[in-house]
Amino acid sequence: MLFVPGNNPGMMSDAHIYGSDALMFDLEDSVTLREKDAARLLVYHALKTIHYGDCERVVRVNPLSTPFGKADIEAMVAAGAQVIRLPKTETAQDILDMEAEIERAEKQFGIPIGQTRMMAAIEGALGVVNAYAIATASPRLVAIALGAEDYCANLKTSRSLEGSELLYARGAIVVAARAARIDCIDTVFSDVNNEDQLIKETQAIKQLGFDGKSVINPRQIKPVHRVFTPTQKEIAKANRILAASREAEARGSGVVALDGKMIDRPVVIRAERTLELAYASRAVFEEDEV
Amino acid sequence: MTQDQAFYTALNALNKAAYVPGENPRLYDKDPVPLKNRMARENKIVESLEKAVELSGLQNGMTISFHHHFRDGDHIVNLVMDTLARMGFRDLRLAPSSLSDVHAPLIQHIKNGVISHIETSGCRGALAKAVSQGLMDDPMVFRSHGGRAAAIEEDEIHIDVAFLGASSCDPFGNANGYSREGEEKSMCGSLGYARVDAQYADSVIVLTDNIVGYPNVPFGISQRLVDYIVCVDDVGDASKIMTGATRFSTNPHDLMIAEMTSNVIVHSGYFYEGFSLQTGSGGASLAVTRFLREAMIEKNIHASFALGGITGAMVKLLEEGLVSRLLDVQSFDLDAAQSLKNNRFHQQIDANYYANPYRRGAAVNQLDVVVLSALEVDTSFNVNVLTGSDGVIRGAVGGHPDTAAGASLAIVVCPLMRGRMPCVRDHVNTIVTPGNTVDVLVTDQGIAVNPRRPEVAERLEKAHLKVTPIEELARRAERITGKPDPLPFGDKVVGICTYRDGSVLDLIRNLT
Repeated sequence: MLFVPGNNPGMMSDAHIYGSDALMFDLEDSVTLREKDAARLLVYHALKTIHYGDCERVVRVNPLSTPFGKADIEAMVAAGAQVIRLPKTETAQDILDMEAEIERAEKQFGIPIGQTRMMAAIEGALGVVNAYAIATASPRLVAIALGAEDYCANLKTSRSLEGSELLYARGAIVVAARAARIDCIDTVFSDVNNEDQLIKETQAIKQLGFDGKSVINPRQIKPVHRVFTPTQKEIAKANRILAASREAEARGSGVVALDGKMIDRPVVIRAERTLELAYASRAVFEEDEV
Repeated sequence: MTQDQAFYTALNALNKAAYVPGENPRLYDKDPVPLKNRMARENKIVESLEKAVELSGLQNGMTISFHHHFRDGDHIVNLVMDTLARMGFRDLRLAPSSLSDVHAPLIQHIKNGVISHIETSGCRGALAKAVSQGLMDDPMVFRSHGGRAAAIEEDEIHIDVAFLGASSCDPFGNANGYSREGEEKSMCGSLGYARVDAQYADSVIVLTDNIVGYPNVPFGISQRLVDYIVCVDDVGDASKIMTGATRFSTNPHDLMIAEMTSNVIVHSGYFYEGFSLQTGSGGASLAVTRFLREAMIEKNIHASFALGGITGAMVKLLEEGLVSRLLDVQSFDLDAAQSLKNNRFHQQIDANYYANPYRRGAAVNQLDVVVLSALEVDTSFNVNVLTGSDGVIRGAVGGHPDTAAGASLAIVVCPLMRGRMPCVRDHVNTIVTPGNTVDVLVTDQGIAVNPRRPEVAERLEKAHLKVTPIEELARRAERITGKPDPLPFGDKVVGICTYRDGSVLDLIRNLT
């Protein structure tokens, strides 16, 4: 998910070409107070005008506690944003309040109720503690994300390269998202020139269970995708596992062995996930299969 | 020597006289002075530029030429023109291989009637702007590097006097774009374009700030072609002639275009063991070299040669053994110049060898792949590299049409938009390279293949590289930028863009 400042028309005009899975137009922290209205208008017109192709369109709005939150939601729902991202989510009530505003806007602009999805960014200790309640607060919610900068400030610590200060929050968010059966997206890595560390961090959060990572520069997309893309070896193995499992199913047998290892349900699920990722990342193409 | 009957019979048969020492005035007397004294006494060095000009026989109305290997650091053109103006010359015809920002002082010489006509590959900066506004009575004629070489060879451009700057020259005229004696004050590497001038000009004056010992070999320009040598304070500003290695772009658009282009090359059908290539010096086309390098290593593919404007990136491929030979008509950066000086598989070539349109064997015709940048491309694949979106002259034809016509696969790279201007559009301002010689366009928002090359489109699609009709790319750009207003062109023709054979491709009009 690529962050795009909502006040930068040059970046908005072709943000979709770099191959990120989602775009997050930001009306919040990257836009100064005096440009809030202009950015809202700009993102509205960009969403109405530009064909962003297969990229999912997310807008990070200002919190409802600010004078801009309500107008942001109205404009973005009207513009047809697919997902509204709520920043600094602390409680389930924040989600419910936001949902009410979205629903009101959907009614106002004749948009089917429920079409606009939501994403919640957890950026503080209270949000982490309430992660599961937040993740299950609304059927519109498709993902929760970690916002590390605010979280670290709130925790009275700072960000380190190895990320020990984030370990608990990351774990809590992954577990909450999995329990709620929604996606979880990791925070940004802000040193755009340090690709090696970006790769290390991405490998670590993938291992924790995250579905994806936020990026702030198009140059970070490729390294992140590389980490998440299954290798040809993993893909081949997944294919063999699924073939063995289908064969076992045909024979009416629940368990099967492959290369001397037992293939049970979790192994099959992991193999399916590998292939899903492989197709999504275009590491393999369905029509290529034999 | 016995001068018997047989000797005289042989003389009669050959219709020759017998050798008598000192008899033939055309033979030089044996001279026992040491070389160092001879160099001091019998060299081609003339005490001043004025003297060299007098000796060259330059007259009003004649054609003079320069090379552009010193790029924006060049001091030669301005120095010579100031001198000629002071000496009272008028109506001179200039035929430099190219002009750049630094040549703005020519405006005054044009206004004062010292210069009446200019033929060049390119023009930039204040001079270009003034020409676009109608400074000259005679339109500026633009030729490609190959077109210029052919025009000179066929005497369509007759160079009366060539003024050629050199980073080093020995007292007899062996000149180079670098020095093998200690540190040169400035280096430009290849003298490829200047070599044609040296060969065909009636009179050749080398200007240098670095006289070195004889023989300055291997030479860029042979002493055989040089008439006079003039010492100048400096031939140019070293920091503007070239610096380090051309740096890789970190612009994500450039990188994306470069990576897509590399993928296009790999799957085009022209990526095989022993293929040949040329890439330009623009951000994106330079970065192609880097991505292609990875693909060459991964697939164990080597190139037989790389051509062109050589960059440090290409030198790296030579040194890593991924490319076997470099043919260098122009060195783009210090790394390239150093390599030309030190690596015997890095060969200096002249513009005729590079791109003469009438020679089947010209190096451009041996290219499998060329990657070229563009200011604008139209839906017929015509390319403009000469005039900006404001209609002002601001570029150079260079080897663009030569390499596009020569290479088996000509790939043009260009962002879909620059700022608010669409770069893929229905019509380009100025046609520099005709669309029938352009095969693939790679933009940051998609790849288009010329319908003349369906087999290439098929190969790319088979490799899951999405091919988009060029009209669709143009529409996509227009949807965001809107349709630009027509430019305020007047009726005066200020520039003529010629094709490689001298035929007229397009006209450039003045801006009101």
